[in-house]
Amino acid sequence: MTNIKEKEFNFSKEELIRKPKPRSLWSKWGLTLFLMALPTIIYIFVFHYMPLEGLIISFKDYNAIQGIWGSPWTSMNGFKYFYTFVTSPNFWTLVKNTLVLSILSIIFNSTLPIIYALFLNEVKYKWAKKTVQIIMYAPYFISTVVLVGILFILFRADTGVLTKMLVSLGFDSTSAMTNPKAFASIYVISGLWQGLGWWSIVYMGSLANVDPNLHDAAKIDGAGRFRRIFAVNFPSIVPLAIIMLIMSIGNILNVGFEKVYLMYTAGNSVSSEIISTYVYRVSFPTYGGIPQYSYATAIGLFNSVINIIILVSANFISKKVSDNSLW
Amino acid sequence: MVRFSRRINRDKVFDVVITVIMLLIALLFLIPLINVLACSFSSPDSVVAGEVGLIPVGFTLDGYKDIFKEESLMRGFLNSLLYTFLGTVIQVSLQMLCAYPLSRKDFKGRRFLNIFLTLTMFISGGMIPTYLLISNLNMLDTMWAIIIPGCVSVFNIIVIRTYMSTSIPGELQEAARIDGCGDFQIFLKIILPLCRPIIFVMVLYAIVGYWNSYFNSLLYVQSTNLYPLQRVLQDMLVSNNSSLGNGDPNKAEQLKYVTIVISSLPLLVIYPFFQKYFEKGVVMGGVKG
Repeated sequence: MTNIKEKEFNFSKEELIRKPKPRSLWSKWGLTLFLMALPTIIYIFVFHYMPLEGLIISFKDYNAIQGIWGSPWTSMNGFKYFYTFVTSPNFWTLVKNTLVLSILSIIFNSTLPIIYALFLNEVKYKWAKKTVQIIMYAPYFISTVVLVGILFILFRADTGVLTKMLVSLGFDSTSAMTNPKAFASIYVISGLWQGLGWWSIVYMGSLANVDPNLHDAAKIDGAGRFRRIFAVNFPSIVPLAIIMLIMSIGNILNVGFEKVYLMYTAGNSVSSEIISTYVYRVSFPTYGGIPQYSYATAIGLFNSVINIIILVSANFISKKVSDNSLW
Repeated sequence: MVRFSRRINRDKVFDVVITVIMLLIALLFLIPLINVLACSFSSPDSVVAGEVGLIPVGFTLDGYKDIFKEESLMRGFLNSLLYTFLGTVIQVSLQMLCAYPLSRKDFKGRRFLNIFLTLTMFISGGMIPTYLLISNLNMLDTMWAIIIPGCVSVFNIIVIRTYMSTSIPGELQEAARIDGCGDFQIFLKIILPLCRPIIFVMVLYAIVGYWNSYFNSLLYVQSTNLYPLQRVLQDMLVSNNSSLGNGDPNKAEQLKYVTIVISSLPLLVIYPFFQKYFEKGVVMGGVKG
């Protein structure tokens, strides 16, 4: 009996400590991890890096038979299409329309969600806060096509609900969707309708993290509710707001293609043709026009280069002025 | 003492006033949707006359009966269901699979992969180069041209990676390795179950993205039988070139409202269930970048 017991407890020290299995070379080099990332690497390479090759055609006269590399270079050292675009009669209208939409959007979309979040944060009744939030998210889930469809219906000439309201305010009864002067306002206001609740989520999250001690201190100093919103809550979300602002400034010329394209009508074309919709129309002309791939690519490239320059400078300025930056 | 109670009173008043104001704003935002809903239940004539406000006039369910006879709409609906399902599965799996290695500090290619991915947020080929690529890949006019381009979002990968490396303790993975788990097993048995919240967020983003997507089909697809819902809706609601209503213009106008309700309903019904998750997800994304 004693013999068996002794044997049972007679482990060596090494045996008692559980040691991990030695890692195989496969796992040491992280090959499994690499295989997991591989599909995405291939995807990104194919769909994000391979199209860069196609940028060459903005310096060439592309034709499908000779392909990207075989097509002849354009005149002016390849810069013909850039020159054509910059000197075209459309150029300043396109730039102006694009800038009007994006600057108005930046102004309203980066301030109103903050104000909205600051006040929603003051709603102390949980049920009310939740109700407001749920309702305000709803428009965000409506597609751009449906949104523009709703706009066309509401602004239907003569009988549209909003047209009727405008008529009672003294405007004429044609559809506002065909009025170039109304285009930017409709674009921005409908954008706010869709995004206000959604864009405020980030700020609500950040407001939830404000140190309650700061509020107590402010209360002792005699600060009222309004005072505390602007002296305690507002400063705490400024860094985040600046980051968001830099990002939207960096996209200043990237006004969303879809909505503008869908809202485009013959009537409002003076103010609704922007750079990206122009690129589309140059590439895929209706009524049997000739697609100008090289020209369209040149415009797109021009657009991205300006964007990157603006992003980098906005970031640089913000870094100097406020210590907030993307990188 | 008196001043103190007055302050409490003022606070109460402020609470009530701000709550009422916010509720009114929310109501204002809801009005267009209620109007669309009311019109979808109203008689075509009163809809076209612009008589319908927030309550149906001449209540009828005819619109909802007739809409199912619109073949193109129903095909678009089914197509979109298929694209959304496939796209969501592909998108979420690729993003999760790629985010995990990035979250591992001992992964050799981490730095390179990070730069490789982040660069794509700043540079892009643009409309035509991408179009030429899709055409060279023989994907034009197939459903893959709708699903694949734009499927992986680098931004989402970064959000998932951050979630994995901040909210899953490294000791847990170490313990699993000692127990003999390989990297893929760790991913399946430990990472994925713990990532449930972020997976919900990504699934919701993917569903919304695919259901509402329009751009890819506009650029790459011409066959009407491949049209996703949004492309069919464009013809019906925006360009007005469809056979909606069989030639009766009032009927067509009313059917537009029904179409809007039917096509937006799936998302409007599911998002409240995800609310807790996407709020978290957006906050994480915002903080990160």
